[in-house]
Amino acid sequence: MTTTATGPARVRWEDGEGAYDDLVEVSAALYKKALTDLPPDVRSAVRRTQHAEVEAGARRRLEVMVEAISVSDESGIIVCQDTGICVFFIRIGTEAAVNGARLVEALRAGVARATERHHLRSSIVHPLTRENRQDNTGVGIPDVHVEFEDGGDEVEILIVPKGSGSENMSFMKMLQPADGVAGVKRFILESVVEAGPRPCPPTVVGVGLGGTSDLVTALAKRAILRPVGEPHPEPEIADLEEELLEVLNSTGIGPQGLGGATTSFAVHVEYAATHISSNPVAVNIQCWRGERARATVAADGGVTYGY
Amino acid sequence: MATEPRQVRLAPPLRAEDLRELRLGDEVWLDGIVWGVRDASLIRLFDEGQRPDVDFAGAVFLHTAPSVRRDGDRWLPVSVGTTTSMRSDRFTGGCVVDLGVGAIVGKGGLSARSVAQLQQAGSVYLAITGGAASPETQQIEEIEDVVWTDLMPECLWKFRVKDFGPLFVAIDAHGGSQYQAVQDRAAERLAAAYERLGL
Repeated sequence: MTTTATGPARVRWEDGEGAYDDLVEVSAALYKKALTDLPPDVRSAVRRTQHAEVEAGARRRLEVMVEAISVSDESGIIVCQDTGICVFFIRIGTEAAVNGARLVEALRAGVARATERHHLRSSIVHPLTRENRQDNTGVGIPDVHVEFEDGGDEVEILIVPKGSGSENMSFMKMLQPADGVAGVKRFILESVVEAGPRPCPPTVVGVGLGGTSDLVTALAKRAILRPVGEPHPEPEIADLEEELLEVLNSTGIGPQGLGGATTSFAVHVEYAATHISSNPVAVNIQCWRGERARATVAADGGVTYGY
Repeated sequence: MATEPRQVRLAPPLRAEDLRELRLGDEVWLDGIVWGVRDASLIRLFDEGQRPDVDFAGAVFLHTAPSVRRDGDRWLPVSVGTTTSMRSDRFTGGCVVDLGVGAIVGKGGLSARSVAQLQQAGSVYLAITGGAASPETQQIEEIEDVVWTDLMPECLWKFRVKDFGPLFVAIDAHGGSQYQAVQDRAAERLAAAYERLGL
């Protein structure tokens, strides 16, 4: 795992303009880090799965994943050629002296800067004309989700450059309350089996339950942000995660969909309350690499990089 | 999948008899020329009917769109990886039956129709480990040519590779598909799980 300095060590909060220049650099550093340096929980999930696998071919494919992680550590080559569609999740402490609009602008500019600096493939196009700005940005992209932390004085920035192979395997349905939990389970299991080899398994399966049609989809995406295999704090949700994982791995779809013991590393469920007439469910799948990178900017401007 | 997988080293142009010999699960390593193709270059080849002056008989096609950088008049690979093959599925017949391509390298497999077209042409589909582009990039010795640079990054790429692999025979020249076998088994096991859980 690389522990070399990732990006700027400090954001100059005291220097109005300078602070946002620094945040552009933080964003650029996070994008490159996410594509190159996989999170420790992903690394251990891949290794653990490789050791546990009994099918020869599946074992070989997992060995290639382990090798890809090392090659990227040593060479700085991004792990996958898919530079993804960037999604940021930021949490702003209410006591942090930051202009949220400028922060969002800086994060987007950082993605463009990293694209040019590291010769990253630009994967982003206009949905109708397919025009590519060649900098991995476009209208509304990178997507930025904002949360506030009451009383906090830090700014936390998480980037997920989501690969299309897994993002294209997204599913949502407004089930009926009468479909019950059984209907919810069937929808999740059928979605992952239907996705088969395409999202580059072993995957992390993000599940959203409840809310509205847009919220349930966002919850499914949020579910893949959790470190791989960290159970939901509420026992009944954690039990559901475990049950679904057990069934998915019993299907034998395996690494890359060519057979094997591990189809998914984990199932993560997030939920929100919903309407008496609704039973929304959504699935967002994350490929084996589970790319994400995080920076926390303290009140004194110090930046800590993580995952 | 019952027999022990074998390791096979091949160099394009691939010969029909070598392709017929390959069994599902065999591990293949390639040396020589591999052509990078995907959505835009396949549309130009088949929908627009433009053909470069190249004999593709026995050639290897790779579903990819790399990141590259320019160094003088050379193109250097930044990241070369493999993309989802299903998006190029409707071009399989054109590649293997019309052009005579011997092997398609991709990830995620192809449809039943493509499996039949591969069988008709005596060609195979080799699965790479998707998402593991960094070792794949290092196996590219050189980008020898780039056709249709206006399609960047979806041009027709001529790569020279060394020790390119491991690739796995996932659809053979006889109509066998490991993806289909795995999906059929998964459907049965899912039905069994529904029974067990009362779903």
